[in-house]
Amino acid sequence: MAQRIDVKDLDVFYGDFRAVADVSMVIEPRSVTALIGPSGCGKSTFLRTLNRMHEVIPGAHVQGTVLVDGVNLYDREVDPVAVRRQIGMVFQRPNPFPTMSIAENVLAGVRLNNRRISRSDAADLVESSLRGANLWKEVKDRLHKPGSSLSGGQQQRLCIARAIAVKPQVLLMDEPASALDPISTLAIEELIAELKNEYTIVIVTHNMQQAARVSDRTAFFNVTEAGEPGRLVEMDDTRTIFSVPSQKATEDYISGRFG
Amino acid sequence: MSGQRLQAEAEPELAPAPLSVRGGGHDRAGRVFRWLATGSGVLILAVLAAVAGFLLLEAWPALSASREDLAAISWIPDDGSLLGYVGPLVFGTVLAAILALLLAVPVAIGIALFISHYAPRRLADVLGYLVDLLAAIPSVVYGLWGGLWLAPKLQGVWGWLSDNLGFIPLFEGPAATPPRVMMTVGVVLAVMILPIVTAVSREVFLQTPRLHEEAALALGATRWEMVRMAVLPFGRSGVISASMLGLGRALGETMAVLMILSPGLTYSWALLMAGRHQTIAANIALQFPEANPLGVSALIATGLALFVITLLVNMAARWVVSRRAAFSGAN
Repeated sequence: MAQRIDVKDLDVFYGDFRAVADVSMVIEPRSVTALIGPSGCGKSTFLRTLNRMHEVIPGAHVQGTVLVDGVNLYDREVDPVAVRRQIGMVFQRPNPFPTMSIAENVLAGVRLNNRRISRSDAADLVESSLRGANLWKEVKDRLHKPGSSLSGGQQQRLCIARAIAVKPQVLLMDEPASALDPISTLAIEELIAELKNEYTIVIVTHNMQQAARVSDRTAFFNVTEAGEPGRLVEMDDTRTIFSVPSQKATEDYISGRFG
Repeated sequence: MSGQRLQAEAEPELAPAPLSVRGGGHDRAGRVFRWLATGSGVLILAVLAAVAGFLLLEAWPALSASREDLAAISWIPDDGSLLGYVGPLVFGTVLAAILALLLAVPVAIGIALFISHYAPRRLADVLGYLVDLLAAIPSVVYGLWGGLWLAPKLQGVWGWLSDNLGFIPLFEGPAATPPRVMMTVGVVLAVMILPIVTAVSREVFLQTPRLHEEAALALGATRWEMVRMAVLPFGRSGVISASMLGLGRALGETMAVLMILSPGLTYSWALLMAGRHQTIAANIALQFPEANPLGVSALIATGLALFVITLLVNMAARWVVSRRAAFSGAN
């Protein structure tokens, strides 16, 4: 299920403006890769190019290749809709569909792929996905209540359940805990540690302790000044990045000297 | 109902005066504003009550008149039954409005979605502007356009419908020529309410939170699936409100109906036949100039019926919206 991602010479543009320049990296299957860096360095933009969500913004486009399991996501015949069905995404702010119940939220993505799912299969999938997101015990008695009735942390885990219900190959997380309290954050981090047994996870975070806690590999992005594109400064094992980074900029950033 | 909301606004006196420690100046401005707001709220209630009171008072002579006196009025049926007179008018009014709504709302949702989620921005701006412009055309112009230009064009269509689908009671033939029939009225009313329904729906669709749209897209929704998962559920109550605005306009529309429809007082489903239907508003405008005092009172009684219909429709709409309030995304 989990897939390796090869990014080669990727540039991202918003119209004429080059937001991210010249990124190459390898993301191993069944691992957690953290993207860190100061605001505006392009890490979120880069994350969105991994499932073509950046195309939601008019004028956004890329040059370069992103290979998932050997297939270039940006090949002419690849449909962005198909890409997003294989590469799930969790956003900064929890966004369950407010008009759907908890159970319907979990099934939302499945219903897109395969409208005819039997009632018992659906119930099983709701349970397994919610269990996978460590939410089952808290919501099993109110599956038909609106998703927006949950707390923020629960909503975020509901969004994770919704993303894994379609059994994606890769899970992208864009600062998934930055809008949550410390206890909910801890719950999400524990969940990430479990999910990496099955999925390839890429997470953007502003919280360096979080990156150090959850990730196997860390990529540091930086931008020299406004108007310049963001660049990948270095990528290495998380332990190496946080102890003996090879670049001065990385050391300055993680030791809190800027950003 | 809007009345309840207004009452709620009229009760802030119970709250302790906010931040009175700050001294007189601020507090007075707050108090003035509070009285202004409360006064506006009370005013709308007073106007509503005044209209209802006027209708009841003026309709009373007809409501309490004997059958003989009513039968003496030329355009009231010979049995002198006021209910027998109002009934077909209510039927015709509701029929015209529902027909207009059925024709207009799907088109309006389509246009609104096109403007909010499909059209390139520049085209969307132009289209939105044009829709607003359509809403400003007076109804007498729509009546002229419908009667003189549109009706002859529709004659062939109605003829085809009655020839081929005449077995459905709605399309029972022969289709009248010229087509001064309920179906034509429905089409013209639909065009009239299209702009308001479109404009309100578009505003609601545009307010769909980006978070929800992205949630759908990230699950691998196509644009249409994204609209179905995120935009339409979010806009549902807004579209219902928009439809009710349109329905209100269609229920009360006078000139366009008066100029197009060949009137008649029956409970007929035959939309393509002339002399079968009439609406309350058009009937009042038609009969008022010739009516004696009791006749005016009878007409006002039909107006009272229209008032009640409108109230019921609005209450029904509120109920539909509130039934799933927990799922609306407002919490």
